[in-house]
Amino acid sequence: MSEAFRPENAEQLREAVAWAVGAKSPVEVRGAGTKSSIGRIMQTDKSIALSALKGVTLYEPDELVLSARAGTLLTDIEKELAEHRQQMAFEPPDLSALLGSDHAGTMGGMIAANLAGPRRIKAGASRDHFLGFSAVTGRGEIIKSGGRVMKNVTGYDLPKVFAGSWGTLGIMSDITIKVLPAAETQTSLAFLGLDPAQATSAMSRAMQSSCDVSGAAHLPPPIAALSGVAAISGAGVSVTVLRLEGIKPSVEFRAGKLKDSLQDFGQALGLDDEASRALWAEIRDVRYLSDNRERVVWRLSVPPMEGAKVLGAISELQDVRGFLDWAGGLIWVDMPASEHGNAQLVRGAFAGTTGHATLIRAPHALRAALPVFEPQTAGLATITARLKDAFDPFGILNPGRIYA
Amino acid sequence: MPEVLPETMRRRAEIISALKQICPGESVIDTQSEMRAYESDGLTAYKQLPLVVVLPETTAQVSAILKYCHDNEVRVVPRGGGTSLSGGALPLEDGVLLAMGKFNRILEVDYDNRCVTAQPGVTNLGITNAVEHNGFYYAPDPSSQIACTIGGNVAENSGGVHCLKYGLTTNNILGIELVLISGEVLRIGGKHLDAAGYDLLGLMTGSEGLLGVVTEVTVRILQKPESARALLVGFPSSEDAGKCVADVISAGIIPGGMEMMDKPAIHAAEEFVHAGYPLDVEALLIVELDGPEAEVDHLIERVSTIAMDNNSQSIRVSQSEEERLSFWAGRKAAFPAVGRISPDYYCMDGTIPRNQLPSVLAGMSKLSVKYGLRVANVFHAGDGNLHPLILYDANAPGELEKAEDFGSDILRLCVKAGGVLTGEHGVGVEKRDLMPEMFSETDLDQQQRVKCAFDDKGLLNPGKVFPQLHRCAELGRMHIHGGQVPFPDIPRF
Repeated sequence: MSEAFRPENAEQLREAVAWAVGAKSPVEVRGAGTKSSIGRIMQTDKSIALSALKGVTLYEPDELVLSARAGTLLTDIEKELAEHRQQMAFEPPDLSALLGSDHAGTMGGMIAANLAGPRRIKAGASRDHFLGFSAVTGRGEIIKSGGRVMKNVTGYDLPKVFAGSWGTLGIMSDITIKVLPAAETQTSLAFLGLDPAQATSAMSRAMQSSCDVSGAAHLPPPIAALSGVAAISGAGVSVTVLRLEGIKPSVEFRAGKLKDSLQDFGQALGLDDEASRALWAEIRDVRYLSDNRERVVWRLSVPPMEGAKVLGAISELQDVRGFLDWAGGLIWVDMPASEHGNAQLVRGAFAGTTGHATLIRAPHALRAALPVFEPQTAGLATITARLKDAFDPFGILNPGRIYA
Repeated sequence: MPEVLPETMRRRAEIISALKQICPGESVIDTQSEMRAYESDGLTAYKQLPLVVVLPETTAQVSAILKYCHDNEVRVVPRGGGTSLSGGALPLEDGVLLAMGKFNRILEVDYDNRCVTAQPGVTNLGITNAVEHNGFYYAPDPSSQIACTIGGNVAENSGGVHCLKYGLTTNNILGIELVLISGEVLRIGGKHLDAAGYDLLGLMTGSEGLLGVVTEVTVRILQKPESARALLVGFPSSEDAGKCVADVISAGIIPGGMEMMDKPAIHAAEEFVHAGYPLDVEALLIVELDGPEAEVDHLIERVSTIAMDNNSQSIRVSQSEEERLSFWAGRKAAFPAVGRISPDYYCMDGTIPRNQLPSVLAGMSKLSVKYGLRVANVFHAGDGNLHPLILYDANAPGELEKAEDFGSDILRLCVKAGGVLTGEHGVGVEKRDLMPEMFSETDLDQQQRVKCAFDDKGLLNPGKVFPQLHRCAELGRMHIHGGQVPFPDIPRF
């Protein structure tokens, strides 16, 4: 890559974009670049990096609000939150092991990728906690949207549009999110030896209960064997785990209740706080698929009850590994790299229902050849293009990163 | 409102006849007397008869109506239950009122995937009613939930008293079917989580009927918490009550609901429903904890301690479901209760950082003196959403205008305190002209470009949200300082 601009404040950021607009020079927008291997291949010869725009600018724990510059490292934010026993409830994953990058990345990158971890099923994704931002659009103008309060319907909800926009609409300089208290304790119940279909039923029943389950995943035997948690890797069979978080008396009560209501799926193994935390960090960060980065990784979001079927269909390929999170609704798989990345089969696996598949890790050539993000219907593609045009009429910001 | 298009008025008969072709039978209402029912919404100070009312029954009809209006440059105002408190469904004299009341069926209940698919005219409570025999409910619960529709909830991103813990509409929907003004039908989302590509579901939610017409909604449903108990706590000042709220949250407790009322609101509510509210306190807090009994009992203890540490004058803990509901009865009846002590009231909806409450309330007291109008406050204390109720008499000359000016000043106060103009009622016509208090011209122009991406002719619900309407072509123009390299100072690497 060539020249990179590294603005140190919002005004410099605006100037950099204004120059790119004037010169009609497409730029790569990057935070720390930890997720730059996700997305379509871009033709840019300049980049704007947000790494110098950093620092938490406002944190009021009892107002549940935190603002930071876009380039602030997630690790720094998490550290500050932990000091006040708070967290980002959507549990942003650290994909560095999966992607081979240095660290978890930045606040801006987290929002731009709309990251969400296992707690997505209870607490939502980045989008659900993203209260407001300032950004420079592809017109070289500074705009703001949203605010710093929890409840706000003043004007269009542009934070939602920017979450998951992969830097294609504007370059965020300042971001405000809602933060929440971290649970005092947690436990997990592990059911052993279920097949994916049984696991999906068990997870669905758990999610339909009033037990307030905050994580529900199914690890087939080859995945479970990779766990660093001895009780899981030593099981020798598949493991279906359900997480309960909260204050101790509540967690204990709910664990008992959940065990009772899922008795027909076998005797549940209880994981203590420490083991539970370790296990869910692995699941969140997709560490099981991190050992061989030559392999192609797909991430699919489907209706929870379809998870087992979709994983089954993909597993008909040779040498596929995969697991279910989000009570079946999130599927992570990896497979050997092939010429076509098996896109047709992967995307065909959820035909007839709703969902999407994203190519998360793949060799350069495959990312250039394949639609990395789920192809859209003609109607959605038109609106998408018009929306992009509304913010970035010359297509200078991360051109083609999501769609051509 | 936008200037009436004489061409549309001249062609009224032709438009009515075209609509009757699309929606046969009694689905087109064009007599003054019958249209009267649609002349206003929950913001009753504003009234306007529409050009014509049409009540489609199918997505195909909605599509045909919108396509006709698009092709013929006729304005359209969508309407759900007509409960908007910001005039979001206020008709236009030269606009077709697209009333979605016939879209009133639940299409699918899917417990396994924990979602319900409903037509947009189903009421908010109708969704809960369809699943509560299995212990499920739909979490967002705006006060108007008996009457407001899920389609309207999407348009306004409606909240309720449980949002801090359970989220707003936008956090609880999974998919929609949507018809654009061109007549094109789009499906966004489904039963899975998060979007492929831009989050159009998030954008549509809270777009106040300016971007498209929702014809189907898939929402998440939850199992009801096992138990719920509430505390009713009186304080000698709003500062103490506010501090108590902050301390509850600092202690890591997120209550299911946390509502505050000031003295005038407490008195009005107590006189109306006799909920047993203490009358010698300045501020009253209702804190509801929900979850398993073991958790609720534990948290009730902790919240009680925090309340006592913050000078609480009185604490009552609900000992039965009946008592819990009685605590809420006063709060839920606060609006009509205020309606009893004043000929009219005007309900505002700002949100502020919670710690600004005492200063905003003090500012409001000063304004109350200045305008010579009383004000009562109810406050979603957990999330900072303030509902001042301004008491006035519409029959007294000039008093409505005075109330409106008072309201505008309150919202300016909210914005100044770091808050926003509207927390859950929407901008509509009501707060439209205050938008520049919060947004720069550049901000507003960019929002209007989003509008242009969906509705290039500006036909869907014009006159709402934006104080000034610009033509899309004009907004698209750009002044570029070509070839300049004006930033020699930016560090590079």
